[in-house]
Amino acid sequence: MSTDALVHMNITNVAYIFAAILFIVGLKQLGSPATARNGNRMSSLAMLIAVMATVVGKDIASWEFILCGIIVGSTIGAFSARKVAMTDMPQLVAIFNGFGGAASAVIAAGELIRLIDDGDAIAEDVSITIMASVIVGGVTLTGSFIAYGKLQGVVPTRPLLLPIRNVINVALLIGMVASTVWLVVDPSITAFLIAGGIALALGILVVIPIGGADMPVVIALLNSYSGIAGAATGFVLGNNMLIIAGSLVGASGLILTRIMTKAMNRSLANVMLGGFGVEDGAAAGGEEETRPVTSIQADDAATMLAYAQSVIFVPGYGLAVAQAQHQVRELADLLKEKGISVRYAIHPVAGRMPGHMNVLLAEANVPYDELKDLDEINGEFQRTDVAVVIGANDVTNPSARTDTSSPIYGMPILNVDQAQSVIMMKRSMSSGFAGVQNELFFLDKTQMLFGDAKDSVEKITTEVKDL
Amino acid sequence: MFDAEALIIALTVFVLAIFIGYEVITKVPPTLHTPLMSGSNAISGIVIVGALLVAGQADGLTGQILGAVAVGLAMINVIGGFMVTDRMLKMFRRSDQKQ
Repeated sequence: MSTDALVHMNITNVAYIFAAILFIVGLKQLGSPATARNGNRMSSLAMLIAVMATVVGKDIASWEFILCGIIVGSTIGAFSARKVAMTDMPQLVAIFNGFGGAASAVIAAGELIRLIDDGDAIAEDVSITIMASVIVGGVTLTGSFIAYGKLQGVVPTRPLLLPIRNVINVALLIGMVASTVWLVVDPSITAFLIAGGIALALGILVVIPIGGADMPVVIALLNSYSGIAGAATGFVLGNNMLIIAGSLVGASGLILTRIMTKAMNRSLANVMLGGFGVEDGAAAGGEEETRPVTSIQADDAATMLAYAQSVIFVPGYGLAVAQAQHQVRELADLLKEKGISVRYAIHPVAGRMPGHMNVLLAEANVPYDELKDLDEINGEFQRTDVAVVIGANDVTNPSARTDTSSPIYGMPILNVDQAQSVIMMKRSMSSGFAGVQNELFFLDKTQMLFGDAKDSVEKITTEVKDL
Repeated sequence: MFDAEALIIALTVFVLAIFIGYEVITKVPPTLHTPLMSGSNAISGIVIVGALLVAGQADGLTGQILGAVAVGLAMINVIGGFMVTDRMLKMFRRSDQKQ
């Protein structure tokens, strides 16, 4: 190697270290909403540095194809980033995960073709990592697309259970190991394609039995896979930059997966085995509910709120479905003008992906310091006059704390029942996703306000204004 | 041929990076978990570096096309991921900073 090439290589590697540091500091800045935007800029600067270093430092022979890829990719990326509605964020993240996995798989294919064309023997570690890259990438690709389909409602959200799926899965795993061994012993495109095909099929089969309500866990897990696929590509190419950035994403996805499963009171294995929620929220058992509940109208609710000193809103996904975020914020503003303290209690599974509800409320101009997570707010309910539950159910059920026989026993819940009084906005008396009756409904302090959330909140706002 | 030393170095980097990731990301508050996910989408677009290498060093047409496809896919993640994250983070305001 000439001195010139060596200097170039060192500059590239120094730039990679610099980029890696920027990625880490950028993620660290995501630790607070005040610095997060800056952190995101640092990460994008890191990406720019990594790309420039690669372009300058490594000898890139041809440009035409690369430019095509950059232009098409940037256009699609920028367009979808601008157009996507905040409610559809889970779908966007799912599909981006898929593209990330696909990129890793395609890179592995390209590298294998180059190595075979070169004609030299391929080292075992390279062929194994090529297979790892295509397998993780392939599973991520189709798994993400099925997750997207389920979130979008294109693929049935109920769990689809194939009768002999375990047999199929085992057969696919055996095929995967066999084709990997084949590729290591005798590098051929055929072995690679078989493994790729199996990975694609496996991605579909793994996600399709999982119910729509479990998609937050699946997206977080696929997020992690897309990072691991990137790290695997780093092993293929012997590139530390890829390994570092890929591992960061892999760790992030795993942490979020764990947070979500914990918040849902499930194990990851239990989610992945699928089949949960086959009844689709229909009341479990034939027991007819006969206990009385107190039901009120919007004007009563308005009086309760207007004469309170502190109010906590508890939004659930029903709020986002009704698109009532803006109405809730208007009501909150009105209450704040009256000197009432207003906060929002956000359960980790309130939206359709980790942190989703916070983004939806931020979009409706709710200040982030009013958004409180489970640990911050749970001690506050007992000092709160009115808790208003909008479109949330299971996450407020006190039986999770007390009733050892309940399927949701042990699930972390919001202690809504400790507030002085509770307004529960709901369409009907139906039970939540877990199919369990919510004991909160039957407490003396709980008032049910039936109807569409958006409608009810609007009515309350008008009534409060008139008071 | 099989290069044990390079593999060990790569594994070391991998393990250490996972630990750093774990430490940094557990400190991200739940409020920012969605931007964290879209932001890490963008970061996983780092495979663009690999895509550039494959596209740029390919000998044949197949390799070049595969490289270009990978560049395109990674670029969707990079541009889309960073832009949508910024769009979300822009919306997060404190109560004392009304627009």
